[in-house]
Amino acid sequence: MSDLRTELKQSIIEQLNLEELELADIENDEPLFGDGLGLDSIDALELIVMLEKDYGIKLTNPDHGKEIFASIDKMAEYIEVNRTK
Amino acid sequence: MKDHRIFRGKDQVFKTEKSLDLDQFLKASYKKLEIEYPKFHKMDGLCKLGIIASEILFKNHSISSETALVFSNSASSLETDKKHQQGMGGIVSPAVFVYTLPNIVLGEISIKHSLQSENVFFIENQFNSELLTDYAEVLLEANKIPAVVCGWIDLKNAEYDVFLCLISKQGEIPLSNENLKQTYLLENE
Repeated sequence: MSDLRTELKQSIIEQLNLEELELADIENDEPLFGDGLGLDSIDALELIVMLEKDYGIKLTNPDHGKEIFASIDKMAEYIEVNRTK
Repeated sequence: MKDHRIFRGKDQVFKTEKSLDLDQFLKASYKKLEIEYPKFHKMDGLCKLGIIASEILFKNHSISSETALVFSNSASSLETDKKHQQGMGGIVSPAVFVYTLPNIVLGEISIKHSLQSENVFFIENQFNSELLTDYAEVLLEANKIPAVVCGWIDLKNAEYDVFLCLISKQGEIPLSNENLKQTYLLENE
């Protein structure tokens, strides 16, 4: 598992207060919303904030979030290409 | 709920060491009560207090979805408001912002217990039994609501004072301003 994917899982657990989850509970290709981790719309906003704070990525169109936040794999791929820090 | 202790009526349900901070006390209470509601961890302190208090209050009761909630406090959502204000220097947290109203706790309790009822949150200088009694009476008599949970849920500088009372026609103590005040004051003995 890449460091970025592990880092993302740690950040998601900490910043979204998913206290009952551990790193091993989140699969790289598991959907983050809906049937997967069951994140909600406020979590989606927190993920947008996280992208900006931690990786310098500003999402100008929140609609793109659906694709970017589909899974840990998708997030990591997007961050690797677009990160400014 | 006050000073690291939780009572149901006169019975102490839970107590922790006073050295625990608010978050530790809330987490210990959550575990002790075996609530199993992951969303709890995302809530602010006021909502966590409300979830724990309502869990204890509703235990062993069949609660109608029409049960109204009539809450009050003096500090409103000040703890979370301050946290939100501190974040305003940078990128604010949406998860903090959504709790910058005291009546969010009513929504959280309603979701947890599937209530589809009237609710109201008053900001008062101190516990006002007259206001709560009057409002509960109107709901029970005029609006034919089967039950009302009324009370005081205050959180300020990590100090909390939570008192919830379930009022219905099946209750053991008659509803009156004096009885409600005395029941609240029991907490402070």
